[in-house]
Amino acid sequence: MSWSTHEVERSTVVREIAASLKGERGALMPILHRVVAEVGYLTHEDTTVIAEVLNLSEAEVHGVATFYKDFRREPAAERVVQICRGEACQAVGAEALVAHATSTLGVEVDTRSADGTVELEQIFCFGNCALGPAVSVDGRLHGRVGPDRLDVLVGARTGGARPAGAQR
Amino acid sequence: MSRAQRGRVQRVYVPADSAARSVGADEVADELVAAAAAAGREIQLVRNGSRGMLWLEPLVEVETAAGRIAYGPVQAGDVAALVAAGMLDGAPTQGCHGRTDDIDWLASQHRVTFRRVGVTDPLDIADYRAHGGFAGLERALTMTPAAVVDAVTESGLRGRGGAGFPAGIKWKTVHDAGSDLKFVCANADEGDSGTFADRMLMEGDPFTLIEGMTIAAYAVGATEGYIYLRSEYPDAVRIMRQAIDVAYAHGCLGAGVLGSGLGFDLFVRVGAGAYICGEETSMLESLEGRRGLVRSKPPIPALAGLFGRPTVVNNVLTLGTVPMILAEGPASYQDLGVERSRGTQVFQLAGNVRRGGIVETGFGITLGELVEGYGGGSASGRPVRAVQVGGPLGAYLPVDRFDLPMDYEAFAAADAMVGHGGLVVFDETVDMARQARFAMEFCAVESCGKCTPCRIGSVRGVETIDKIIGGVDRERNLLVLDDLCTTMTKGSLCAMGGLTPMPVQSALQHFPEDFDRPPADTAGLPVPDKFAAETAARNAALMAGEVQR
Ligand SMILES: Cc1cc2nc3c(=O)[nH]c(=O)nc-3n(C[C@H](O)[C@H](O)[C@H](O)COP(=O)(O)O)c2cc1C
Ligand code: SF4
Ligand code: FES
Repeated sequence: MSWSTHEVERSTVVREIAASLKGERGALMPILHRVVAEVGYLTHEDTTVIAEVLNLSEAEVHGVATFYKDFRREPAAERVVQICRGEACQAVGAEALVAHATSTLGVEVDTRSADGTVELEQIFCFGNCALGPAVSVDGRLHGRVGPDRLDVLVGARTGGARPAGAQR
Repeated sequence: MSRAQRGRVQRVYVPADSAARSVGADEVADELVAAAAAAGREIQLVRNGSRGMLWLEPLVEVETAAGRIAYGPVQAGDVAALVAAGMLDGAPTQGCHGRTDDIDWLASQHRVTFRRVGVTDPLDIADYRAHGGFAGLERALTMTPAAVVDAVTESGLRGRGGAGFPAGIKWKTVHDAGSDLKFVCANADEGDSGTFADRMLMEGDPFTLIEGMTIAAYAVGATEGYIYLRSEYPDAVRIMRQAIDVAYAHGCLGAGVLGSGLGFDLFVRVGAGAYICGEETSMLESLEGRRGLVRSKPPIPALAGLFGRPTVVNNVLTLGTVPMILAEGPASYQDLGVERSRGTQVFQLAGNVRRGGIVETGFGITLGELVEGYGGGSASGRPVRAVQVGGPLGAYLPVDRFDLPMDYEAFAAADAMVGHGGLVVFDETVDMARQARFAMEFCAVESCGKCTPCRIGSVRGVETIDKIIGGVDRERNLLVLDDLCTTMTKGSLCAMGGLTPMPVQSALQHFPEDFDRPPADTAGLPVPDKFAAETAARNAALMAGEVQR
């Protein structure tokens, strides 16, 4: 197999992460979390490396990596919008908010926009159920988010908030 | 500025709880610092937990000679004006509620588990001690482990994670099990929508959980503990990890806890977005680094749990209550509550409710007292129509059941459950057929896939309810739905599939009119079937005679 320099570097980083956590009990979950946190997402090659370090079968590591939705398989979009669809948020309009988001952002739930800039995800509860609808934008949690506020929050993270003339 | 004010450091509290932060507490804290500096006042800003009056967040408290004075909700833009109006001296400005301790909503509660939440600085271990922290552990260390187990049994404490199993009995099983390695695991997965008490305890008073787990370790003979904390709670993960570091630095964890012979190591493990990992055996699988597939019982985790070793698995609130039980004696806890539901429950008011937040009080309070009394009815001002109690697997109850006392057995008798104590309020605009549909949809999304009634039944459930909503052959499809519910209840391996029928059937029982409306369009609503490919492959293999059923 011939890997590009980038891939070789990546596999070195992943190997180091796996080796450094190998001694923990049930090390696989912490390793997968750390890899996603540090290199952004998980590739098939990553799971191969991790399996090697932990002395597990590739199928085992792959099975775990795909069972949990946090272990993303592609880089995050520029903007990650997560809307809670738990019952408490539904009681204050979460479904209408999701509909608003899909139409204004032009993406279906749990997909990303065609240009790859926005990702819309449904979440079942952020533990902010008395102050719903709860929405997280790029990892920052917001409460009482109606459609207008969602537009502001999402807009605030797009070009609109950047200084005029700034390059993307 | 008077002479007395000059040079006095004013202590001001602004919660760092993630709910408070979600409505601007960080911005308020920044503005307070700036406004105080501009006014030439020296303040000491404490980022406490939340008092649980979430409708008043961000809630600012100012310490005065008369006690802490509460202001809220404070908006970021209001801070300068409030400071100018004398907030830093406890002046009765707009939005001032007087002494926090006198606010009836709070004063009328009976806080045991949540005693320190919002009161102390979450990561200040001296503050923790000053408010009674470690008294329970110190007391436990003077007793035999068996006596500690007995105390927990006598208190009547039952598991707060949902099933209400007596904690002392579980601990005794682990205590009696012979093994050189045992574990204590805190279930901090808190996946139930409408619940947030575990999160608020971990963010607002993390040492209480550490102390409770340490007492459990001493009682059952465990040396290692794990907190399985969901990834949707990044603030709680950070605070819990910091608190563990502080506890080690002060000799409260590690070898020789508080100078005793007890050695106990504690770790935080982060979940990865799977609701089913709140089910204890699925959680253990996940902790071991595997897919979160539910294990069949027996063996029970108390005998063969984490890595096959005897393991205590308890909810955060269960473990977080133990220090108070030890400190004050089991009788004082046992005195609270009713019937076989002893002590207090940390109720969580959520959804369409005017005053949402934490109400900790003895069992026996009625559903109506919580929703109408503490909650003040709906936030929208429309009449309340339904309350879902106990998370996504709990029943929907109508207003005419508001007389039900919060009590495990009384709820079970009403085909409902107390669960983790979450109450989600809906006003009259709710469509209960849609809620029933959602219960099935949620099960289809979150099923671990191990057994057929849950994996396939939930997808069929969504489709069947869609037909009912769409007016297709209603009578027959209601029968099909009833059949499906029976199969799921009786044939599922765990309560995910086993209890999903509860919200569905309660909706049918109490709100039948919602299933008998003019046909509506369900096109575009999600019908998740994440195991479709696997099911198809399996069916093909079955047809080809390659696998046994
Ligand atoms: C689908 C499912 C999800 C669950 N989620 C949680 C949870 O998030 N937190 C929790 O403490 N218990 C949860 N439980 C209950 C646990 O299996 C277990 O009973 C509990 O952790 C035991 O602790 P306790 O006795 O202190 O309540 C769940 C159970 C099921 C079936
Ligand atoms: S009932 Fe559902 S979640 Fe539980 S074991 Fe079966 S498939 Fe898994
Ligand atoms: S249900 Fe939305 S935050 Fe809990």
